[in-house]
Amino acid sequence: MYESIPDDKFILARKANALLLRARLIQNIRLFFINNNFLEVETPVRIPAPAPEEHIEALSSGCWFLQTSPELCMKRLLAAGFGQIFQFCKCFRFEERGKLHLPEFTMLEWYVAGFDYQQLMNQCEEMIINIANHLGFSGGLSCRDGQVNLILPWERITVREAFEKYAPVTLDKALNQDRFDEILVEYIEPNLGMDKPSFLYDYPAPLGALARLKQSDPSVAERFELYIGGLELANGFSELTDAAEQRQRFIEAQNLRAQKKYAAYPLPEKFLSALESLPMSAGIAVGIDRLAMLFAGAAGIDDVVCFTPEML
Amino acid sequence: MYEASDLRKGLRIKLDGDPYVLVEFNFVKPGKGQALYRCKLKNMLNGNQFERTFRSVDTFEPADLREKKMQYLYKEEGKYCFMDNETYEQIYLTEEQMDDAKNFLIDNIEAEILLFEDKAIGISLPNFVDLIVTEAEPWAKGDTVSGATKPVKLQTGYTIQVPTFVNEGEKIRVDTRTGEYLTRVKG
Repeated sequence: MYESIPDDKFILARKANALLLRARLIQNIRLFFINNNFLEVETPVRIPAPAPEEHIEALSSGCWFLQTSPELCMKRLLAAGFGQIFQFCKCFRFEERGKLHLPEFTMLEWYVAGFDYQQLMNQCEEMIINIANHLGFSGGLSCRDGQVNLILPWERITVREAFEKYAPVTLDKALNQDRFDEILVEYIEPNLGMDKPSFLYDYPAPLGALARLKQSDPSVAERFELYIGGLELANGFSELTDAAEQRQRFIEAQNLRAQKKYAAYPLPEKFLSALESLPMSAGIAVGIDRLAMLFAGAAGIDDVVCFTPEML
Repeated sequence: MYEASDLRKGLRIKLDGDPYVLVEFNFVKPGKGQALYRCKLKNMLNGNQFERTFRSVDTFEPADLREKKMQYLYKEEGKYCFMDNETYEQIYLTEEQMDDAKNFLIDNIEAEILLFEDKAIGISLPNFVDLIVTEAEPWAKGDTVSGATKPVKLQTGYTIQVPTFVNEGEKIRVDTRTGEYLTRVKG
């Protein structure tokens, strides 16, 4: 009945190096933001109303929910005048479990007032190169099939270009056939960030629920994802600051969710009213577990956390 | 019905009329996108494999599979005949369906016959079977190298590696899952 004790020792001893690297990673990221005059914040994990998004399921906690991301509270801080903020926190997503997914995972999120998504990509580059230097990876990172060089410039490729380059169908065809996700996962992601890190950007407008549309081309949202070694690491965008449009998008997402019989969330009214005073800004979320995987050379997310749900 | 969240390695489902077993399974979900389940499936009738990606809204019919204890009777025209000792019902398996099991088959042995919609499609033998060595090179005295092995032929015609001290006419125990020698048996 006490069999779990030797199990823990065996499993955790194998993870020791990765856990050390994970700790140093988090410590160095924290230092990077402190040195760049960011305020570290902590917002509640338990919230009354998550942002309604079509494919993200929150876990309920009493009559409230566990956050799927800290973005609503962080944007309220931004709207209240806190112009450079960052946070490490736990996020929870229902039924997400796989080689790269844990239902409880660690997110780094940061926001900068006055930035757009291109400037945020620059800062993301700066942060990761800084961390790599501190952790002794200035030469690059070993990934699946080789070495990823971190020297600037990194690749920036639009979603449309990526479909032309890697996919058997065009972006428009994939969208019409409702096969965007399948094509992305099967044909595009495995090619991204193989020699050097890659930002995939300018997503079709419906795929950026809280992102600003591009002025020169409103069919795309100013959203990006960072890939290194085929691994999706971060999602960022220029923030939508139009409260009326955000309300409209939330209602559309709620309707889509209702059609699929997903749980109904109340509208996050306090967030929507804060949006009235949100300055032009950009924000990004980085999966810390996956970043730790990358630096530790781990094949799965299980290797960089002390305990998986199955071990509890 | 199974839902996509039930998918896991080893699950057996019915697709296009055939039974399939999931040999590989991967959960993926691109940022803000939907959950996708990338699977490699093996057809349990012909062994063919293919990959397919499912969505979280997909549902799956469980394959109607069950096992039944039956006794081996004889082989005729490349087919292996088994009988249910309670109902006297008889079924036949092909060489292909027998797979490795034919190497360890002895008269009257009881085996689990795998049925798909009441049709026999496969077999699993007891984990351990005792078989007689019918052909073996004699043991050269003085050959004391520990761990040395030699090939011998069993009563089923199967050739297996055994320790050099095993002689013709002796009975040995074989693990049918690995096809490997375990020990000598008396009698």
